[in-house]
Order: sequence, then structure tokens, then C-alpha cells
Amino acid sequence: MQERFHLPDSQINKDLLIGVETHPKWWFLVVGFLAIMVATAGGAFGYMINQGLGVTGLNRPVMWGFFITNFVFWVGISHAGVMISSILRLSQAEWRRPVTRAAEVLTIVALMTAMLFPLMHTGRPWRILYWVFPYDFARGIWPNIRSPLVWDPAAIFTYLTSASLFVFIALIPDLAVLRDRSTGPRKQIYGVLSLGWRGTPRQWRFQAIAGILLSALILPVFVSVHSIVSWDFGMTMAVSSWHSTIMAPYFVIGAVHSGVSAVVTVMVLLRWAFKWEKYIRPEHFDGLGKLLVVVGTTWFYFFIMEFLFGLYSQEAAEVTLRSLLVYQWPWNFMFFIFLATAYFIPIPLWLFRGVRRSVILMLLTSILVNIGMWLERFLIIVPGLTRKGDFTFVWGTYRPSIIEIILVAGSFAFVAMMILLFSKVFPLIPLFDQKEGQVLEATTRIGRRDVPSIVREE
Amino acid sequence: MTTFIPRRSLLGLFSTADSAADAVEGLQGQDFDDKDFEIMSGTPYPEGAFGEKTSKHRLYVFPFIGAAIGFTVAILLTTATQVSYPLVTGGKPILSIPPMAIITYEGTMLGAIIFTVLGIIFESRLPRPKLGLYDERITEGYVGILVTTTEDRIKAAKEVLTKAGAADIKEGEPD
Repeated sequence: MQERFHLPDSQINKDLLIGVETHPKWWFLVVGFLAIMVATAGGAFGYMINQGLGVTGLNRPVMWGFFITNFVFWVGISHAGVMISSILRLSQAEWRRPVTRAAEVLTIVALMTAMLFPLMHTGRPWRILYWVFPYDFARGIWPNIRSPLVWDPAAIFTYLTSASLFVFIALIPDLAVLRDRSTGPRKQIYGVLSLGWRGTPRQWRFQAIAGILLSALILPVFVSVHSIVSWDFGMTMAVSSWHSTIMAPYFVIGAVHSGVSAVVTVMVLLRWAFKWEKYIRPEHFDGLGKLLVVVGTTWFYFFIMEFLFGLYSQEAAEVTLRSLLVYQWPWNFMFFIFLATAYFIPIPLWLFRGVRRSVILMLLTSILVNIGMWLERFLIIVPGLTRKGDFTFVWGTYRPSIIEIILVAGSFAFVAMMILLFSKVFPLIPLFDQKEGQVLEATTRIGRRDVPSIVREE
Repeated sequence: MTTFIPRRSLLGLFSTADSAADAVEGLQGQDFDDKDFEIMSGTPYPEGAFGEKTSKHRLYVFPFIGAAIGFTVAILLTTATQVSYPLVTGGKPILSIPPMAIITYEGTMLGAIIFTVLGIIFESRLPRPKLGLYDERITEGYVGILVTTTEDRIKAAKEVLTKAGAADIKEGEPD
């Protein structure tokens, strides 16, 4: 049953702009703490640049470790925004309304964070300029488009640009509200950003069309991005255990699983931080929980298939990797934790309505999923590399250094800080979406019951 | 000799969508053309809720144009760079369709999305440098009806807005 309330537009404006218009102490304390963490990560990065990549745990044969795990993880988190925003918009699911913008902002921030890690990983990030602005004066070469590592920037740049434009277009009506409620320089800035929006029927019509059209255009990009990231592994010649044709859909559905869980985490925290109990309700977590059961189970199916395909082939590299994961410490311990946290604890819990509608349980289970999914990426990347090559004397181990741990922790702080900074300038729940939801809701009498219903436009 | 009749604007603010729709009906009854008045609201109401006519648009052309441009740029980029700076690796073709297709696909989608956004902004008649006669209460829940007409018809327009129950009526210069 959908819970209904009706608030005047002015009340909705006041409630949802609380982050922009008020300045609670907690915000400054939390952002300050996160900024310290980000600054510490910046310091660690500076130390690494000064001393070289040797201060990390990377060494032959494990040349990809925490940095690339984190890169894939954050690209995965970024898939939430488009999944929730686009698919729920196209299917006209009413419960999407308070969730879409936070999910889209999470997408943008997660992508920006993900992009930092390959740059850090180069050890000499300024040389990336030779990639972006290649010149041949003395070298006679250009980036090789046959490499998946060149497809990555093309896909991620397209996705980041698309997601940013999507957020901006949907933000225009809310920028107009901010313009009307501000004074001084803020009024002028919001006025420029709102492009002179006045809310005419034509403008609202194109807002609706924009939502549908951009959702339809962005969905194929969303599928392609993590497919391309998966091909960093699936199409690499050197590591035999990565050669699985199921990599692309496995990564995409895994991204959705971790991304939607991250959205649940963000929604719980926003509800608590900004006191949005009226707007982010148990029915929204119920909807997200049901979605996660389907997505999580689909992901698990792909995981089983990937595991079985590897064993069925009886290729030495594939069997070696899976033996490592199941029988050898510490890989088997991490493998067990990954399966438990990514699937076996949260999914059975989400089958229960009481769990899905419990805000605290949804927070805990969503965090568990992302612990598991971070481990999943780690267990795809590192064990395969430790057993890279046919000769056992080239096999190696990997131990992350404190520098890598600080940089990974710093990435989480960066994402949280950026979302909070966004909330200081723009509303994280779309105002007009909430108002539209109220306009379209109706109560229909069927027999002896008054049933909530929604007006839909064809 | 053409007589220039100055135009004036009136902005009526209505607290409910029903009264705003009554105002639009009243204006149409007084032979005001759809071009003479504009509705503004802080909430998206269903199309036709105020009795306004739906205008035509050509938004769907924009994604196709953008896709074509994106496709062309991506093909040129991948082809020209690989032909100009060939990287011979293991006997593989210099121009290989699968990797070119991936980058071309991304370029096509990027072009389509960028042009779609430009189309949406253009078709929404934005950016609008000056708001003109406007009231900030519109984003607080009021519906605004902006009538722009000749001075001799302003009184009739004002009567219609008042009769429909306007909470406030402002006068000003047209854009």
C-alpha cells in the first residue's frame, strides 16, 4: 500500500531545500572530517609520486591491485544512477521520485572518483597528457585503439558527460526555485544556471520528454560502459584465467547490484541527515529491496556460470585460480566473506517485507553488499595475476601497502564529501518531481475501499 | 499609415489550477488568442490541464543529427589516426572493425545525447536572458497567467482574471 500525504508546494520547497538554506553544525563537522581524509589521501598520493610506485604493494606479476579494484568498484557504483533513474522513469514507477537525483549525483561523483585511479596507477600521471593530446614529433605513435584501455576513456567520458547533462536538465526547474528564493549573488548565479526557466506548459512538456528520451539514450551507454571495463580483463592476452566470454554481462549486473545497494545506503543517510522521513519512506526501501533481490540473484547466476565455465574447460589456468579461491588461505577466507556479504546474507533477508521496510536493516545489508562487491572485484583481479603464467617460478603474492589503503579510504571520503557539497548548493530530491507526484495521485473508491491510484498520461 | 498601439502585460496569480483554468477559459471566450497569454507554474500539470493547445516541435530530429555527427567524428578519428600513425602489432589489421565499432558507438551516443540536450534547451525557448513580468510566488505553488495585449484590451483581460479569482494582478511592460 502506498503511503500518501499532501503538502503545499511552499512546504515541499522548504523541506527539500533544507540542505541548501540551512547550515547545521553537523554538516561542517562531517565535511571537515571527510576533507581531512581526502587531504590525507592527497598526501599519500604526493608521497607515492615522489617515491615511485614501489611504495605500493604492486610488483611482478601482480601489477594491478587495489587501484584497479577500486576503479572497477566505483565504475560499478556509478551504474546505480542510470539504472534507477532511467529504468524507473521509463517504466513510470512512482516510487522513483525521491531517489533519482541522489542516484544520478552518486553516478557522477563515483565516475569522477573512478577516473582518478588509473591516473594514480600510472605513477607519472602527467604523462597521461600524451594520451589526451598525442603528438608524434619524436615518437611517431598515437594511442592504440585496439586496446581495451583506450576504449575505457571513450566509454567513461561518454557516460560522465551524459550523466552530467541528464542531471543538469532535470535540475533546471529546481534552479528556478532556488533563484526565486535567493537574494544577492546567489540569485544571479541560480538565475544564470536556470536559463530563465518560467515553468510554461511547453517547458514542462519538454522536461517530461527529456526524461524519457535521455533515459532511453543513456541506457545503452550504461550497458556499454561496464562491458568495456570488463574487457580490460576479458580481452587481455596475458592472463588466461580472465578469458571468460561472460565477463561483460557479469560485470554489468554486478555493477547494478553494488550500485543500487549504494543508493540504498545514500538514501538512508540522507533521510536521517536532512530529516526527510516524509519523502524517503519505507515504501521506497521496499521497492529498492525487491529490485535488489532480482538484480542480486541474476548477478549470482552469472557468478555461478563464470565459475562453472572456468572449471568445465579444465584449462590449467582456470582450475588453478578456482582452487586458489576455494582451498588456499587467505583467498578462501576472502571468497567466503565475499559470497556471504554479497549474496547469502542480504538476499534471503530481503525476501522479507519487514526487512525491506526497516531502514536500519536496509542500511546494514546494503553496506554488506558493497563490502562483498569490493571483494568480488579484488578476487577477480588479484588471484588471477598471482598465478599469471605457466611457470610456477613467476607466480607471486600481493600485499597492499598503507599508501594504497589510505588512497582507497580517501576515495570513499571523497565521494561522501562531494555528495554533501552538492547538497549545500542543489537539492538532492527533485522538488518538481515531488510536486508532480502529488498532482497525479488520486483516491479511487472500489467497493467499500478507498484505494490510492495514480493518473498516468499516455 | 499604420498606427502603433502600445502593448502592456498583466500577470494574474492563482492559488489553484482550477481557477487558473477558469481564467484561461475566460480569456479564450473574450477572443484572446493563445499567443496573447502564457501560463507559468512551479509544478508540472498534465498537458492540456489549463485548456492550452499543444504546440508542435521537432525535438526528435536533434538526436539523429547528433548521432550522425558523432558517428562521423568517431570514424574519422579512429581511421585517420590509425592510418596516419600505424601501429603494427602481430600482423593484426591497421583498421580493425571491432575496436573501431566500439569507439564509433560511444561517439555516436555522445553526439546523440549532447544534441538532444541542446534540442531540449532550444525547444523550451531557453536560455531566456530576461524573465520579464514574473512573480516568485509561482515557484511557491501559484499558477501565473501572463497576458500581453494592446492597451485597449488590457481592461477586458483584467476583468477576466479578477472574475476567475486571481489572488493578485501585476502590470508591467512586455518583453
